[in-house]
Amino acid sequence: MNTLKERADLVAEEAKKLNKGVYNDADSSKIITARRELQAESCKLATLEDAIKKSGLKDGMTISFHHHFRGGDKVVNLVVDKLAEMGYKDLHLAASSLSDVHKPLIEHIRNGVITRISTSGLRGELANEISHGLMAEPVIFRSHGGRGSAIASGDLHIDVAFLGASSCDPLGNACGYSRSENAKSICGSLGYALPDARYADKVVIVTDDLVPYPNTPNSISEHDVDYVVEVESVGDSSKISSGAIRDSKNPRDILLAQQAAKVIINSGYFKDGFSIQTGTGGASLAAVKYIRNSMIEQGIKASFALGGITAHMVKLHEEGLIERLIDVQSFDKVAAMSLRDDMMHKEVAAYEYAAADEPGSAVHYLDIVILSALEADVNFNVNVLVGSDGIIRGAIGGHPDTAADSALSIIVCPLLRGRIPCVVDEVTTHITPGSTVDVIVTEYGIAVNPRRPELVERLRNAGLEVVDIHSLKDKALSIIGEPEPIPFGDKVVGVVMNRDGSVMDVIRNVND
Amino acid sequence: MNLKTAHAGTLESGDILVEITPGTAGSGLSINLDSTVASRFGKQIKQVIDETLTGLGVTDAVVDATDKGALDCTIRARVTAAAVRATGKDVWKD
Amino acid sequence: MERLRRTMMFVPGNNPGMMADAHIYGPDSIMLDLEDSVTMAEKDTARLLVYNALKSVNYGDTEMVVRINPLNTPYGKKDIEAVVKAGVHVIRMPKTETAEEVVEVEREIERVEKEIGCLGRTKIMAAIESTLGVVNAYAIATASSRMMGIALGAEDYCANLKAQRTPGGDELRLARETIVVAARAAGIDALDTVYSNLNDMETFRQEVEYIHRLGFDGKSIINPRQIEVVNEVFAPTEKAIEKARTIIAAIKEAEKKGSGVIAVNGKMVDRPVVIRAQRTIDLAIASGILTPEELA
Repeated sequence: MNTLKERADLVAEEAKKLNKGVYNDADSSKIITARRELQAESCKLATLEDAIKKSGLKDGMTISFHHHFRGGDKVVNLVVDKLAEMGYKDLHLAASSLSDVHKPLIEHIRNGVITRISTSGLRGELANEISHGLMAEPVIFRSHGGRGSAIASGDLHIDVAFLGASSCDPLGNACGYSRSENAKSICGSLGYALPDARYADKVVIVTDDLVPYPNTPNSISEHDVDYVVEVESVGDSSKISSGAIRDSKNPRDILLAQQAAKVIINSGYFKDGFSIQTGTGGASLAAVKYIRNSMIEQGIKASFALGGITAHMVKLHEEGLIERLIDVQSFDKVAAMSLRDDMMHKEVAAYEYAAADEPGSAVHYLDIVILSALEADVNFNVNVLVGSDGIIRGAIGGHPDTAADSALSIIVCPLLRGRIPCVVDEVTTHITPGSTVDVIVTEYGIAVNPRRPELVERLRNAGLEVVDIHSLKDKALSIIGEPEPIPFGDKVVGVVMNRDGSVMDVIRNVND
Repeated sequence: MNLKTAHAGTLESGDILVEITPGTAGSGLSINLDSTVASRFGKQIKQVIDETLTGLGVTDAVVDATDKGALDCTIRARVTAAAVRATGKDVWKD
Repeated sequence: MERLRRTMMFVPGNNPGMMADAHIYGPDSIMLDLEDSVTMAEKDTARLLVYNALKSVNYGDTEMVVRINPLNTPYGKKDIEAVVKAGVHVIRMPKTETAEEVVEVEREIERVEKEIGCLGRTKIMAAIESTLGVVNAYAIATASSRMMGIALGAEDYCANLKAQRTPGGDELRLARETIVVAARAAGIDALDTVYSNLNDMETFRQEVEYIHRLGFDGKSIINPRQIEVVNEVFAPTEKAIEKARTIIAAIKEAEKKGSGVIAVNGKMVDRPVVIRAQRTIDLAIASGILTPEELA
C-alpha cells in the first residue's frame, strides 16, 4: 500500500465500517478575525424575541425561572410580558419561587398566557388572587430539593429556561455576580437555576453585564446554554435582603433565639465538626449569635454551614468558626460577595443541596437545622405555606428537605402572632411531616417530639423546661379564644408535593 | 342616653381603634369591623363589643372598629374607654 | 420561699401589645405604668387597659405592680380604685416624699378593699425621687404595714439635688445607701433605679454589680434584655450555695432531733445566718443553678 490511492481506499473502507464519512479538506476554512471581535458575532447572542423564536417555544410548553433576586427579580415579568406580546398562550410557568413582585402575572393568567404554575411559594397579591380561585389548574408546590429531583427525573420537564445572571460571556458562561467594572447586579449563588440549566431543552441566559469570554470561574457552563440575551437590568440586588448584618432588637425574637441556642448547645450534636443550617427569620439569625459565644468558649468549630447563606454565617466563617459555606442561595450582598471571593464558600445546585434521591446531597450530612413556621400542630406537623386565614403567603423552601434529612430539626416560632395561634390542633396545610420535626421552641416553652425521648432527657438535664405540645396549644387557646373555621371553598387551588414526588396535601380556595 | 362622637385605642399591632357615633333612638347597635383576623375572630370581636356596650347601657350607636389583632381584654378596655368618652359618664367614682 | 424581686420590669400602661406577654421574659415583677409613660389625654384609656389586662391576662407567678398617678392629680384616686378592683399585688407610689402620703394612699386602698371585701390584699411600695424623700426614707418605709419596698428614682432625685448624672453614680451614693439602710431597718425590700442605655450592657452590668454589693434586692428595668444580666449578677456563687446547703441540712437535722440549737462544725448558727442561707437557696433555685429536687 504505497500509493495515495490505496491509502484513500483503505480510509474509505474503514470509514464505512464505522458508519462515518471521509474527511474532506476542501470543506474547512479558517476564521482569521481577531478573537475579541469574533466574540461579538457569537451565534448564541440574540435579542429576547429572537431567542424565544429560535428556542422553538410553542403554546402549551413549560418555561422556567429562578428566584435568586427574590423581591428584586425583573426577569419573570420581562420575559412573560414579551411572550404575551408575541401571542403565546397556555404556558406552564415553573419558577423556583415567586413573590410580591410578580403581581403582573395576574393579568397574564387572566389572558390565558399562563395557565399552569409550579413553584415553591407564592406571596402578595398574586397569592391572594390564586387563593381566591384565579386559576383553573391548581398550582403545584414543591420543596427546593423536590424540584431538583423532579427536574432531574423528568417529572418536571422544562422546555425553555430563562435564567437571569449578573454576568455572562457571549458563549454562555454565566454567574450570579460579575467581576467586571460594569457590574450592575449581584445575587451570588445560582443554586436553584442549575437544575434548569442542566436539564431544560433550551437555556436562555438573560444578563445585564455581557462580559468578554472567558467569564471564569463560572456557575452555569456555556455547554448548557443556547442563547444569551443582554438586557438593561435582571434584578434589584438591594432587595435580596436588607444588606448589612442587623441584629434583631425585638425582645421576643431574642428570647426565642436564646432558647433555640440552649437547645442546640445541649442537644448532644454540638460537637467539633458539626454542621448547621438556619432560616432567615429574626430569631433564627439571632440564634447563630448565641451559639457563636458557646463555640468560642468551648473551642468548637463547625465543618460547614448550609443553605441560604447570610452575612452572619459569613462572619463566623471569616472568624474561623465555620470551615466551609455551602450556598444554595445568597441571602444578602455580603454572602453574594463572599461566594465570589472566597474559595471555601461553595455554590451548590438544588439537587445536590436537598434532593431526597441524591445520596450525596448536603442535607444528608446536616446535623442541625433551625427553621421557622407559620403553624405547627400537636403532632409536630408544620405549615410554612398557607396563612391562618387560608390564603397562601409563604414558600415551602428547603423546610421539609432539611427537617427530614438533618439529625436535629428545631422549629422556632412564637406561640402567638397577635391573635394568630402558631401551635394548633391540626395545621391548615401539611408541608413538613411531624415525624421529621424534633423540637418546637416557643416563648411559652419548648416541646420535644415524643419520638426523641433522649432529647427530652438531655434538655431537662440542662435545666431547660420541656412542656407537652398539647399544653402549648391549650395555652394559645386560653389567651386568644377558639377561632372560627377558615372559610374554605371546594375548589383545589394548590397541590403540595412531598419531596419524594408523592402528593402531600391540597389547598382549597377561600370564600370571603 | 346622650352620646357624642368619641374614640379610643390605636392602630398599633395588638390594639383596636374604636369609634362610637350616636345612633337614632331605637336604631340599636350597628358594628362595622375591619380586622386583620376577621375570618377567624370576627364574630367573637363583634360579640365582645356588643356585650361591653350593652353592659354600659349604650344601646343606639354606630361603632366603627379597626382591629389589629387585639385580645378580648383589650377590646373591652378600648370599647369601655370610647363609651365613657361618648357618654361623659365614668366607670370609676369621680 | 420569700418572693424575689431581682427585676421589676416597667411596661407602659397604654401599650396592649407589650402588656399581653411581658411575663414570658421571666421578670420577678412587672410594673404596669399609668404615670410618666402615659400622656394626660390617655390616662383614662390606659387605666382601663391596665384594669382589663390585670383581670384577664394570666401572668403566672409574676408579681404585678402598677405605678399610679399621685393622689394630688385628678387621676390618682381612680387609678387606685381600678387596680385594687382588678386585684393588683402592689401599688407603686411615684415621687413619695413623706409618710403621710403613704397613709393617704393606704386609706384609699382600704376604702376600695372594704367595698369589694378583700381587706389587706394590696401591698404598697414607694418610689423615692427627691431629697426630701431620701431624708424621710425610714419614715416612708415604716408608714404602713402594707409597705413591701422602697425604690430610688434617680432622674428626678438628681434634678432636685442639682447634681449631674455620671456613669459612676457618685451623686447617687448617699441616696442609694440611705434607701438600702431604711429598707433593711424597716424589714422591706430595696430596689434600685433604672438604667436606660440599652446599647451599653457592660456599664449596666457594672451598675448592677455595684448595687448588688450595696445590698439592694433588685433593679428596676426597662427592657427584657436587661433581665439576664441582673439574674446573672444576683446568682449566688457555688461556694455560697454549698455553705447554705450545709446550714439548711443542719436545720433539718436539728428539727429531726427536736433540738432548738443549730450547729455547723460545732459552731452555733444565728438566726440571720439561717435567713441568709435560705435566701441563697431561693436565689440559686430562681437562677436555675439548683432544682428543688436536688435539695430534697
